[in-house]
Amino acid sequence: MKNTLRQITQSPKFMIGFCLILVLILTTLIYPLFSPGSPLEMIGLGTFFRPGTYVSVYDSVTTDKRYTINLTDAAEKRVASKLASEDKEVMKTWLLEFGIAEEEIDLEDTEALLDLWFNTYDESIRFDNMTTAVRKHVQRTDAKLDGLLEHQDIIVADSAADGSLVEGSLIKGNEYINVAEIANVRVLPLGTDNFGRDMLKEMISALGVSLMIGLIAGAIATFIGLALGLLSGYLGGVVDDIIMFVTNLFTVIPSFVLLILISFSIGQSDRGATTVAIVIGLTSWVWTTRSVRAQVTSLRNRDHVNLSKLSGHSLIRILVTDILPYIASYVIMAFILQICSGILAEAQLSMLGLGPKTTSVPTLGLMMFWAMAYTAHLNGAWWAYFPLVILIACISFSLNLMNTGLDQVFNPQLRD
Amino acid sequence: MSKSVLSGKGVTKVFGLGDKKTVAVDHVNFKFSKGELVSIVGESGSGKTTLVKMILGLLSPTEGDIYFMGKKRDIRTRKQKREYWKGIQAIFQDPFSSYNIFHKIDSVLMDCINMRGGSHLPRDEKIKMITEACGFVNLKYAELTNKYPFELSGGQMQRLMIARIFLLKPQILLADEPTSMIDACSRATILDMLLQCRNEVGMTIIFVTHDIGLAYYISDSVYIMEHGKFVEHGTADQVILSPTADYTQRLINDVPKIHAPWDFAKVASTVSAQA
Ligand SMILES: Nc1ncnc2c1ncn2[C@@H]1O[C@H](COP(=O)(O)OP(=O)(O)O)[C@@H](O)[C@H]1O
Ligand SMILES: [Mg+2]
Repeated sequence: MKNTLRQITQSPKFMIGFCLILVLILTTLIYPLFSPGSPLEMIGLGTFFRPGTYVSVYDSVTTDKRYTINLTDAAEKRVASKLASEDKEVMKTWLLEFGIAEEEIDLEDTEALLDLWFNTYDESIRFDNMTTAVRKHVQRTDAKLDGLLEHQDIIVADSAADGSLVEGSLIKGNEYINVAEIANVRVLPLGTDNFGRDMLKEMISALGVSLMIGLIAGAIATFIGLALGLLSGYLGGVVDDIIMFVTNLFTVIPSFVLLILISFSIGQSDRGATTVAIVIGLTSWVWTTRSVRAQVTSLRNRDHVNLSKLSGHSLIRILVTDILPYIASYVIMAFILQICSGILAEAQLSMLGLGPKTTSVPTLGLMMFWAMAYTAHLNGAWWAYFPLVILIACISFSLNLMNTGLDQVFNPQLRD
Repeated sequence: MSKSVLSGKGVTKVFGLGDKKTVAVDHVNFKFSKGELVSIVGESGSGKTTLVKMILGLLSPTEGDIYFMGKKRDIRTRKQKREYWKGIQAIFQDPFSSYNIFHKIDSVLMDCINMRGGSHLPRDEKIKMITEACGFVNLKYAELTNKYPFELSGGQMQRLMIARIFLLKPQILLADEPTSMIDACSRATILDMLLQCRNEVGMTIIFVTHDIGLAYYISDSVYIMEHGKFVEHGTADQVILSPTADYTQRLINDVPKIHAPWDFAKVASTVSAQA
């Protein structure tokens, strides 16, 4: 027993899988401590805000503490952020005409482009094959650039008591504020979803709920499968016939179809996360029953079981002490796989719109569903679905890795 | 002949249905007297283990009745079974699969004391009884305590099984090829202990074996089993010195003799005569 435990902890596959899962579980437990509040709070008005740091405009304008910092490339960066791509195209046309090699013009690197432009552009040069319209366009663009580069201060107007505007503070181009000193800053590492919820926070909360669903579904499925398999395999006879009849019935009906039908008949308003987990558990025990039964059938004729009977032990005691330990390793592995398939089943169900009701808790499946419903993939809002896919894959990967590790310990001939 | 402790009439076991039907034991009658050492001899697959399991009540006969202590056996309830198993116990063929590998061997012996109504005894008392039983089979309890079965050799495991019988003191012991998985050197020791245990406890032993020489050496009477049927039975001298069934003759010829060269021709001729 101790030996087996040591072997398990020495199996790199199991330990990697185990640590990954542990990290995920700890994250769901610890993250809410650092970021309190409901994960379903709709903080953003609008859909799919990009990931980033959001700073209150009001607070940054009204803050009294300002620092003057002179950065050489500040102006160019400012221009770059305002330069439209069609302006760049116009500049490129002129520069090519001037004789600059195409490789030297990099439209992505706006600063380099501006440098090149200010060094080479001369209004007086006229190219013969350039139409007046284009020449005028180039001139306008150049004027715009000059305008952008000019240091213009901005005056913030305050409204006076009588409703008229009076000059408030003056903001210069080289004035800075420290983000740490601003009252309202919100980091949204994964932006927001279609409802304007903090994606990261929602996802971590959903991870916890999904793991919970997997655990409940897996525990129910394994428990039913184990109990039926033990009874059917050990008792044999009529009990076996009845249990196998029911099991075969469930095998013929694909469990996912059954799952869909049951979820559908329960109705959206009554489907909490726990209900969904129970339904998943109740429809996925068939496989465990069959394999436990097969193992027990071969165990029940072993002499140690006969000897236990001869020692007058009760049925329950024989099942628990003489049969269960022999299949325990197998049951643990089945349990881990059931957790995994429970999580995936929830995701599938939710993507069909049959998951838990949306208003109470987030789940990984529900988040996928909404991302799809609001066509996040077409809007380029990768942050609304890609982290979810990675997370689901990660759970599945680590649980399966744990299982492979266990398999290698329990069935040594599989070791490579 | 003294009163029979165990007898059977038309005991039959059929496995499977239809085409896959196997008649493992076919209408056998037997009668074992108190204190006797009976051997059941037959080659492997002849149905010996199946008969043993039926006698033990681990398998129910398809047909036929078994009488225990002169009365028809009734072991339908768990309580009746427990009572029955106080009187009849077994040692199985494979010591390596006779133990629950997850339990320390102490628990096997503790169970015996509890079964004989000693569960209320103080721990010291129990340990004393176990130590005595281990001593009987030449094992030191102090060295065995807290060990798992796989830490023992096959011979030690089988000896511990005898210690178990010593503690249980049943009226009847069924020994199903108890020495066939043991190396030849330990075999004699184990047989000797079994016989000693019989003298100590005064029980009837039903000794199942495929080795007719061994049966001749130890038993009072012998039953020869072929394809689920008893083809011959009688005292050991009768059956082995003047066999009437061909099958018995064949079994006798199969035994190699150390003092005489093995007559392959003779073995082969009886086998072909059989075929
Ligand atoms: N549980 C079972 N199911 C079906 N057939 C069995 C079973 N147990 C034993 N048999 C068959 O019964 C016959 C006798 O077996 P067994 O009693 O083990 O013989 P032995 O102990 O003499 O070697 C064999 O042909 C075997 O295949
Ligand atoms: Mg056998």
